[in-house]
Amino acid sequence: MKKPIYMDNHATTPVDPRVLEAMLPYFGEKFGNAASRNHSYGWDAEQAVDKARNQIASLIGASPKEIVFTSGATESDNLAIKGVAEMYAERGNHIITAPTEHKAVLDTCKKLAKSGCEITYLPVRKDGLIDLDQLRAAITPRTILISIMHANNEIGVLQPIREIGRITRGRGVLFHTDATQSVGKVPVSVEDDFIDLMSISAHKMYGPKGIGALYVRRKNPRVQLTAQMDGGGHERGMRSGTLNVPGIVGLGEACAVASREMAPEAVRLAEMRDRLKDTLLAELDEVYINGSLEHRLPNSLNMSFAYVEGESLLMGINDVAVSSGSACTSATLEPSYVLKALGVGDDLAHTSIRFGLGRFNTGEEVDYVAARVIQVVRKLRELSPLYEMAKLGIDLNKVEWVKD
Amino acid sequence: MYSEKVLEHYTNPRNVGSLDRNDPAVGTGMVGAPECGDVMKLQIKVNDETGVIEEARFKTFGCGSAIASSSLATEWVKGKTIDEALRIRNVDIVNELSLPPVKIHCSILAEDAIKAAIDDYKKKNGR
Repeated sequence: MKKPIYMDNHATTPVDPRVLEAMLPYFGEKFGNAASRNHSYGWDAEQAVDKARNQIASLIGASPKEIVFTSGATESDNLAIKGVAEMYAERGNHIITAPTEHKAVLDTCKKLAKSGCEITYLPVRKDGLIDLDQLRAAITPRTILISIMHANNEIGVLQPIREIGRITRGRGVLFHTDATQSVGKVPVSVEDDFIDLMSISAHKMYGPKGIGALYVRRKNPRVQLTAQMDGGGHERGMRSGTLNVPGIVGLGEACAVASREMAPEAVRLAEMRDRLKDTLLAELDEVYINGSLEHRLPNSLNMSFAYVEGESLLMGINDVAVSSGSACTSATLEPSYVLKALGVGDDLAHTSIRFGLGRFNTGEEVDYVAARVIQVVRKLRELSPLYEMAKLGIDLNKVEWVKD
Repeated sequence: MYSEKVLEHYTNPRNVGSLDRNDPAVGTGMVGAPECGDVMKLQIKVNDETGVIEEARFKTFGCGSAIASSSLATEWVKGKTIDEALRIRNVDIVNELSLPPVKIHCSILAEDAIKAAIDDYKKKNGR
């Protein structure tokens, strides 16, 4: 077993060796600019980009012409939301989203709110899912866009995008979904799911960092965007900038691998994830799963280990790479806003750990991680005054705490 | 990311446990709150005649630096008189453990825990 064991695949994934191999020639002898129309260097690059466009389109049931390459999902989210807000400003200024979205969506909406857009944040239920009736009720004649992510990056919960798409299509509102965590992991079809815009990232699906795509529907309805960068008019005028050919080839190959292997991989990962979950639940008391188990990525598990602070747990399992929703591990020193939106108290948010399994994890690694977590949680509970009080039957909600 | 000393205290915490909080010789201090991510319980057992802290115990819910700060605090108060223990400052803990700026609140909490434990002991014994 190679240590530290990597189980943080929602943060990023390693590049699949097959993806790397496909990319390498485009760093070397095939270095051409895909926009060079007059020589074979350019033609080779253009051909590689076309192939990648087909591979990506095929994975999501789109036409290759509907793929716009970007630097990653953050740029795709910005382009989709700001591009629609500007282009459709005369039709309306109302955007609907949810508080559990990625910051790339939330902060984009926050910025648009400053320039006159109205943003509605649909609350999520305890299981992390939005309520479709509330979505229906939130749509007004001024609504131009609904942006709801497919899979959540912290808890792995899958929103009902097909039902959302059906509603938005019926009401003539555009539907953007940030599918960074789900494309290549679970089936997504822009046709069946009525998606108009979709953000994709390569490095979450065993491709390289710094490359992503935005799916932009071309018909029924034809979606138009105001470009957010001025330049040479690449990508149907929506995103200027010389194409990152090796990155694009990598994203394409990652999609091709996913098209072939996604189904059996999902089964394998779900089995390992469930084994991890079941072992932890069997061996430890007061462990809570955050978010719906039923509507969830196969590789995702987010758990709160009551009375054990997340950063101290990560410190104890230092040969395992995972993440925590604890304030101490975040840049803002606030506990996870996603868990807060689900109604998880700050006390339990501080104790949360995100396990993200991936293509290269093994059953042996899962068993090792489970054993380490159990060992360290037990040790830290011996050290925890809260666990001691809880075991004595003291209601921690009734204690008067001395806050600093 | 963590200093050697923080890691050492985290791995081998000193004086973990609880003293009988009903014992008149025992002072208990509990500071912090679960929703803030740290709670420290620090207890001292004082020799009534000499005023010397003869035993100290802690339990901490919090990050590695919070655990290390309280572990160090129990080491430092042991053998000191109450008055000497009251002179322990959070900056001493910061320096000893090489805590980064974002972890200074852990040292403040440890200082507060020492004071709260001594306070409790004094109140119990009418001082």
